[in-house]
Amino acid sequence: MSGTYLGMPAFPEAAHEAVRNDTLRANLRHATHTIRDKRAVAVAELDDWTELREAGKQIKEHTLSRLDHYLVQLEESVTAAGGTVHWAADAEEANRIVADLVKATGEGDTEKREVVKVKSMATQEIGLNEALEAEGIAAYETDLAELIVQLGEDRPSHILVPAIHRNRGEIRDIFRSEMEKWGRAAPENLTDSPAELAEAARLHLREKFLRAEVGISGANFMVAETGTMVVVESEGNGRMCLTLPETLISVVGIEKIVPTWRDLEVFLQTLPRSSTAERMNPYTSMWTGTTDADGPKAFHLVLLDNGRTDTLADEVGRQALRCIRCSACLNVCPVYERAGGHAYGSVYPGPIGAILTPQLRGTASEIDASLPYASSLCGACYDVCPVAIDIPEVLVHLREKVAEQGGPGHRLEKAAIKAAGWVLDHPAVLAAGERVAAKTRRLHPKKLPGPGASQWTDSRDLPEMPAEPFRDWWKKNRT
Amino acid sequence: MTSPSTPRPTSSSTSSSRERILGRVRAALADAPTAPPAARDYLTSHTADDPTVILDLLHENLADYRALVHRTEERELPSLIADLLTKHGAGSVAVPPGLPASWLSGTAVEQRHDEGAPLTPYDLDATDAVITGCALAIAETGTIVLDGGPGQGRRALTLVPDVHICVVRAADQVVASVPLAMPRLDPARPLTWISGPSATSDIELDRVEGVHGPRTLHVVLVTETSAPGGRGGTAAGS
Repeated sequence: MSGTYLGMPAFPEAAHEAVRNDTLRANLRHATHTIRDKRAVAVAELDDWTELREAGKQIKEHTLSRLDHYLVQLEESVTAAGGTVHWAADAEEANRIVADLVKATGEGDTEKREVVKVKSMATQEIGLNEALEAEGIAAYETDLAELIVQLGEDRPSHILVPAIHRNRGEIRDIFRSEMEKWGRAAPENLTDSPAELAEAARLHLREKFLRAEVGISGANFMVAETGTMVVVESEGNGRMCLTLPETLISVVGIEKIVPTWRDLEVFLQTLPRSSTAERMNPYTSMWTGTTDADGPKAFHLVLLDNGRTDTLADEVGRQALRCIRCSACLNVCPVYERAGGHAYGSVYPGPIGAILTPQLRGTASEIDASLPYASSLCGACYDVCPVAIDIPEVLVHLREKVAEQGGPGHRLEKAAIKAAGWVLDHPAVLAAGERVAAKTRRLHPKKLPGPGASQWTDSRDLPEMPAEPFRDWWKKNRT
Repeated sequence: MTSPSTPRPTSSSTSSSRERILGRVRAALADAPTAPPAARDYLTSHTADDPTVILDLLHENLADYRALVHRTEERELPSLIADLLTKHGAGSVAVPPGLPASWLSGTAVEQRHDEGAPLTPYDLDATDAVITGCALAIAETGTIVLDGGPGQGRRALTLVPDVHICVVRAADQVVASVPLAMPRLDPARPLTWISGPSATSDIELDRVEGVHGPRTLHVVLVTETSAPGGRGGTAAGS
């Protein structure tokens, strides 16, 4: 039986596998806790964090409310600065445009075509690498984590640190066995020290950077009034891809616009601190069209819809388009910490993925319909969001929409919520129930019986019941 | 089909997509009022308006992200640069157009000027170091910003060689904060913001300095030579 309870089939199944993988859980726990603590310190340095967060939210809200205007303005600015703007309604069209552009760069037909890529969520979302491969074009990921994922024929599991699920020993093994298939082999006697692994990646990728004819990127921000593109990164692979090739192609979601140059001052303060917990990330590149004798001679911007206009049409859900992909919400999420990024079945994992993916792709499939349930609604994601996306609000809203679709899940859900509501409305019943539960706790099974409930606990162990209910403890000790 | 007057490979298919996307945006927003422009209640700066405090903060934050920071007076600059190049065993240094010749007057290291025939990526890969000025530096974030102006050169110069020495004029190139930096930068120029050497935390979140960009970043904060006759001084008056 596949678990279709509460309309949440696919995520629980995937999560079930993930939570049983001890290495994965340990990697994730270490990673998420480390980043979240550092982030809190970095944010606390700024007295005006609340105001910056509010400004970021309002800038994005305003932009989205006039998105057509700013898209046209951006197109004009980029074109005036020497760039070419393309519009892609969906993934297929975006992939087609990029493949044609790469072919048109005139690299000899007999030569093997290749491109170097900067980490980009948008190109992952549209499956660009696979589409290029089908056209005989090799796309090399150059971000260290993306390289690890690509060499390991794996999928990314975190927005910021896509190989967060891999430990150093696994990475060494992947480098040793896979690098030589794609270029310069890993050094002999490569150990698992992060510095040596980074050095191996430097050597492996440098030859690709130096000969690259075409670079492909996304962008963190696009400035409508100036046509400026912004890429924020750490390793320098972004600078390599944005600077050395003759042709640069950037695939960017239409929601990445900010109206003015000045608006960047907000996000350049909030994004690094939210994302890597740094005052500023090591490298930020900004370019406007093309520049004589500096960088690519041709610049193409592919503006991507791919479900964003559907999201924009939803009054509650459209706030997800404010997202600046910092990944702070992943790092504080108790569900993400345990289930990991792959369980979300999308390049956007964690709380933001749970609201973005079902809106970009719709909720027709099992996995997409289940995503709004991949949350305990604890609200930690909202608290850390630098553009104040009320993720719990959108989750509840999307659950309503999934329930409206009908299906076997939603009737059970309604019954369960109704029952819970009755108990919570009748405190005496609740207190009695708690006491019975506490007294009998040695007898409790690890799994709940019954339809629905058993599916809930298939992938979760029941928490230990305390020796006495909190209400009783409070009465004894505090009154 | 592509019309002869528009050689762009995808222009005709994307022009219909353009109308479609804009139409969908307008339809999606039909019921939505325009949200007001953002309130900017955040601070312009988090730092006291005191050049000494700001310079110290820049120094501290640069060092915190593992840039190697030096402070010197203008007349000592050539010998400091020479020392740094020697220390790295550099045999060659890339020189952007417009770099003051005096900066390299103390060293005999081979100078590779990026003028006339520009250095290829392979040339740069075989060059040990690069020396540049900057457009400005931001104290609160420990950032230097390059804009391709005189003494900075094109972006590849500061990317491919493994050692970057960047000179910052303390008197007039240091600002306290990001909001104070923005109006001084020209978005039409290619900008590179650099905060410490290249780094990654992709392996178990252990920070490793030096992946693809220069693995060593020296920042030299240079103050004007305080001559006994009272020449120079600071960017006083503001």
